[in-house]
This record gives sequence, structure tokens and C-alpha cells, in this order.
Amino acid sequence: MSSSSLTLPTSDFEGMSVGEFDTTTLLAHAADQARERNYQDLFIVDVDSHHYESDCLPEILEYFDNPVLKQVAKAMNLRGGAGALLFPAPLASQDMGGRVGRYILRHTEKFDKGEHKESQRTVRWMDAIGTDIAMLFPTPMLMLSSNPNLETQTAMAFAYNRWLVERILADQPRLRSMLYLPLHDPDACYKMVQQFGDKKGVSGFLVTATHNAAVHDNRLMRVYAELEERGLPLAFHGGYNMGERAFASMNRFISVHSLGFVFYNLVHMTNWVINGLCERFPKLKVIWMESGLSWIPFLMQRLDNEYMMRSNEAPQLKRMPSDYMRSMYYSTQPMERVNNFEALAMTMKMINAETQLMYSSDYPHWDFDLPSTIYDLPFLSEHAKKNILGETARGVFNLGNLPKLANIPAAS
Amino acid sequence: MGETPLPELYVGEVADFVPSGRRIVRSGKLEIGVLRRGENFYAYHNVCVHMGGPACEGMVIAKVEDIIAPDKTYQGQRFEDREQHFVCPWHGYEYDLETGECVPDRKLKLRKFDVLRKGESVYVVI
Repeated sequence: MSSSSLTLPTSDFEGMSVGEFDTTTLLAHAADQARERNYQDLFIVDVDSHHYESDCLPEILEYFDNPVLKQVAKAMNLRGGAGALLFPAPLASQDMGGRVGRYILRHTEKFDKGEHKESQRTVRWMDAIGTDIAMLFPTPMLMLSSNPNLETQTAMAFAYNRWLVERILADQPRLRSMLYLPLHDPDACYKMVQQFGDKKGVSGFLVTATHNAAVHDNRLMRVYAELEERGLPLAFHGGYNMGERAFASMNRFISVHSLGFVFYNLVHMTNWVINGLCERFPKLKVIWMESGLSWIPFLMQRLDNEYMMRSNEAPQLKRMPSDYMRSMYYSTQPMERVNNFEALAMTMKMINAETQLMYSSDYPHWDFDLPSTIYDLPFLSEHAKKNILGETARGVFNLGNLPKLANIPAAS
Repeated sequence: MGETPLPELYVGEVADFVPSGRRIVRSGKLEIGVLRRGENFYAYHNVCVHMGGPACEGMVIAKVEDIIAPDKTYQGQRFEDREQHFVCPWHGYEYDLETGECVPDRKLKLRKFDVLRKGESVYVVI
């Protein structure tokens, strides 16, 4: 970084001068890991990664059907503010005051003409990491479900999904997505599945979990039935919401983030299991994303213990709640691996990780995980590692016989 | 029998470093980050203990402190400029610039290398 183009504020007066940003350079050590571990021989699927749709709002706003909302959003965007109309304010510094510099520096990265820059950016990090196929999801839209204006929420969902399908997924075969479902609007969800369910690159549908809608609402049953019939997975993606009443006393982002990403999936999973949705939709593949893993054994123990005493309140169940939880799928990140590998090994045993766990990076977000977080675990068999890193996802998402696709950069 | 001199790796000239600058040097697979802070130079293995990120290539910033009054009440936050941290840009792991210790768990630390100045030239001992 020799030619300075930006100065990041630090605790010093002069700040930190940085030059042009390049994803491949930032991830050079990830490519080292990919070569050292022979990822060219492993099929790697990342079931949860992101891009910043907020960088593409002028394009996405063109896909709004509602002319009034479209006019307002475009007018706001002229002063850089359409996001304020669409996404609840995050009230947080995800990048830790610039310490994780790619949040700011991504705006300086250069791309070739032709393929959409969001595709180019994504494929760059996929190649560096050794990833063959990535499920690509938005970022600010993770909080869209806490937008109290439900009309806006649904309009944004349709506009983004159309943009993603037509501008990204249609052109880049290594990118897939599970499309955003506005769960508060069951009719819109049903229409979304029908409209986009067979589009190229659509591998399922996604609920961003930061909402208070009941997943067992009768109006959603035909949505789940449609997904089950089509063989399309349904995922619940964790998130945080600074406005959540349960977190009203929390003053630091670390606190809200630590609990938030788990909290909503705890709520939705509990409703899902106790209301017998696994019995009602036995062939529907359900995936729980970006909550790490430690919440799963916690909830298994809690629900099993209470179910033994209060089974009359969950009369649809024919097995223990933990058995249903073991039949669903989970993504790995952010995997709790700092200081207790025994707990992690027990967790993986409790969730049948060899068949139910799928690797996810969450890249480019600040707490991303690399494939080495799985590959280097001493207690997993080679078969389990292959499954978690890609083979289980190959089956869940019907990826067929896709070969190794990543072009891992050579050593510099 | 005389001692074999330790291999030295040329980093650059002092003038190549801006006052808070850095350089990354390599010897085979070994990658070392050399950071300048005022007149002092520090050299550490450029591989984060967390996930292998480029630990020496991120921001240098002072330790953040909560201000707790004698009556135990919280009074705000400040930078403690006497303790500088360098931050891995991948995930934000912070290291003590003086020691290479990982700040939230000082049992973890980056390998530290001696830095030699010969006139205006800077070397690390590997």
C-alpha cells in the first residue's frame, strides 16, 4: 500500500494512511492455507456469505414496482439516504472504528469492465479462500425484517430478489442464493416462491430472523408446503436488532451481537419444533444460519427437559425435541473455537455434524470463518470434514456433480 | 569454536518508513511485519494466532480504557496512549506493540524478532 488514497482515523492525530484495496491481497494468507491444505482436492461450498446491496441501491431501486415508493427512494438516494428509508439504523460500528478496514476500503477496490462488480468481488474472495460455490446474501437487508413499514419491507424484498436473479445469479454460475422472504406477509412469501423458485441460481429461500412474526402462523403453511413440494430448503439467518426490547439495557455492540444472533433463532427454532412443523413438513429441509453452534445443545437440553413434563403442550411431537433438531441443518459460522475444543467436539456429536453441519464463511463480515476452522479440527474424521466443507451442501442444494471450480491464486 | 552469526534480513532504509509506517519482509515462507513507531522498530511474525490473518498489516491504535471513578461508577472512555496495539485487519485481534502479546489473552503471542539498525539501514534477525 504505497500510494495513499485514504486516511483512517486512529488514536493518533495523523491517522493511518492506506492505499488501494484489493481483496486478493488482503486474503493472501487464506490462499496460503488453501494451497497448504490441498483444497484443490476438496469441493467447498459456503452456505452463508454476503455482499453490500447498499452499494448497488441505484440499480436496485429501478426494480421497485410501487412508483410512489420508488420516487421517494430515488429522491432520498440523491443525498445518499435511501438506506434510511429501507433499513432500520444499525446503530453500530461493525468494523470496530476502522480496525477491520475492508468495510471502508472496499469502496476503493478496482474491477474490470463487463461482469458486475459484486460478482467479481465475490469470486475474488471465493478463489482466495478456495470456495467453489457460495450462497450470497445481502447485508443491511438482514435487518429489513425489523422495518415496521411492512409495505416497504415487501417492496424491497421483491426489488432486491429481482435484481439479484437478473444481474448476479444469471451471469455467475458459482453464485447461488436463498432469496429473502418477507415473513410478515405470507401471501407475498407464497408469490415470491412461485415467481422465483425455478430461477437460475435460486437454491432456496431465507428468513432473516430479526422479527417477531410467528413461524407457526397458519397463513405460512402453504408457503412451507410449496417449498417442500419443490425440494427447496428454507433457512433462518440470525441477526441483531438494537431496537429489540429484550436488549434495551445493552449499551455495547458486542453484547447485542453476541446474544442477538442466537436469540432470534432460539425463538424461531422453539416455535418450529414445539408446534410440530417438522412433523407437518417432514421433507422440508430447514437450515439454521449464523448463530454459531453452542446454542444448539443448550436448546436441545432445555426443550427435552421441559417436554418430558409438559408433552401435552406439544402433542404433535412423536420424538424428543432434540431429535427433531438433529434432523435439521446448521451452518458453522461463527464457530465457537477459542478455548474449549471439548465443548465443540461434544456439540458436533450432539448435532450429528457429519451429516447436518455445513461450512459457512460469512465473508466479508468482521467475524468470518475460513475452511481451516473445520479442516484443522483434530476430532473430525476426513469423511466428516469433506461433508461439512461441501458434500452435505452438495446434497441439500442439489448441486449434482459439480467439479472443483475455485481458481486458488498461486503463491506470490 | 566461534558463534555463527544469526542471519539478518534486510528490511529497508529508515527513510523508507514514514513515522508510523511498516514493511512486510519475507524469507522463504516466513513473513515478518516490521512496524515503526517514532524512533522504535518492532518486528513480529505476520500470522495472526486466531485464523492466520496478516496480523501486522492493520491499524495501530492506542488501548481503549473504561474510566472507573473511585466510587466504582463509570465515567466514560479514553485512549491510553502509553499502550499501543496493532490490529489484525481480518477480525480485529489486538496485539501489544511492545510485546506481541494478544491483548485479550496474553498467553497467546506472536513470535518477536530483534530489529537491528546499521546506520540508516534496518534489519531483522531471523
